[in-house]
Amino acid sequence: MAARIRKLIVQVDETLREMNHAVEPPTRRALAMAVIENPCAGRYVENLDELVAIGEELGGLLGRRCVEALGIAPAQAQSYGKAAIVGEAGELEHAAAILHPKMGATLRAAVEKGAALVPSAKKRGGLGTAIDVPLGHKDAAFVRSHFDAIEARVSDAPRANEIVVAIAVTDSGRPLARVGGLKASEIKGEDGLR
Amino acid sequence: MIEIRRILSQVEDIHHEFGPVAAVAPRRGWIAAVLTNPFARRYVADILPMMEALNPVGLDMAHRLRASMDVPVERIEAYGKGAIVGSAGELEHGALWHVPGGYAMRELLGWKGDRAAYARGEGEKKTGQPGNALAIVPSTKKVGAPGTTLDVPLTHINASYVRSHFDAVEVRVPGAPAPDELVFILAMSTGARVHARVGGLKAADIAQWDGLR
Repeated sequence: MAARIRKLIVQVDETLREMNHAVEPPTRRALAMAVIENPCAGRYVENLDELVAIGEELGGLLGRRCVEALGIAPAQAQSYGKAAIVGEAGELEHAAAILHPKMGATLRAAVEKGAALVPSAKKRGGLGTAIDVPLGHKDAAFVRSHFDAIEARVSDAPRANEIVVAIAVTDSGRPLARVGGLKASEIKGEDGLR
Repeated sequence: MIEIRRILSQVEDIHHEFGPVAAVAPRRGWIAAVLTNPFARRYVADILPMMEALNPVGLDMAHRLRASMDVPVERIEAYGKGAIVGSAGELEHGALWHVPGGYAMRELLGWKGDRAAYARGEGEKKTGQPGNALAIVPSTKKVGAPGTTLDVPLTHINASYVRSHFDAVEVRVPGAPAPDELVFILAMSTGARVHARVGGLKAADIAQWDGLR
């Protein structure tokens, strides 16, 4: 079943200066959010396949929206992350059904490759609840310059029977990354870690 | 004087609000620029040079917002603007945005008036022509901490009294403004509230072309 989408929101956050230093090139992070109806709200549902299918659909849709908003080729995406906020009449496992089984494959198609785990966060919340979507390098999870998070929030969602689903994609790491560790230029990008 | 630290934009498609799904979802967008506040931490009497310096910033933001909304200018039906001043600044610093922010959007949408005259505080002659951003751009401003939300009002671009287009969009930049920063905001939308049905002046009935009705 297709996701019943009430709102689609796309954000681009570009940092040009930080602490009086120019950031060159500017870091850019895109965030795409869908506010959807939770078909399993208000009762215990054993089989969550419907939500799994919604996750598969939204991985592609939101991933593509991020890439389009950044105006980049899919291969230029550098880091990604995902998150869901389940409304009060839903269950944390509903977020898990959307995020974990099938969302990754369609998201990876939207950003190309994506050997690394897609870092995630989930919570239950009311209207305007914020969630920090974790970000990690898409091909090598240990790239330290790309460990980051971006806040996702929709002022009028989630209603009790809704879920806010968020995907973030960047074309860069933190603005003035300088705490060492594995660099993006040094990765093999095969095992998803280094 | 102008130092832009960060630019954040958001575009939102509203398919429904628990009523009939819209054939064409209204699209609301906003753009926020985070700038260094050159007047932070002290009283500066003459702040007007910054108003002048903000003109190209306003134009650039208006164009960027239109581009991120990905619609032709003819589809923009409502607008608004706002400012959030960091805690080491003064509300009056936010007021610097009125002329450069408002007139940038109006010019983008086809307004043909005299911006310099407005900046001097003079009234403008309405052209009487439909469709050229005749209405005042509504606004809000506040002094706030990083992540403060600002509700930016939206009204019809040609007639402030069009009831279906009275709206507001919540703007929030996580992490900004820092004490010495200013957040300047522009907002636009393609139409009425998704299920507007409380009567009043309709956009189709604008007749006076005086910016109000």
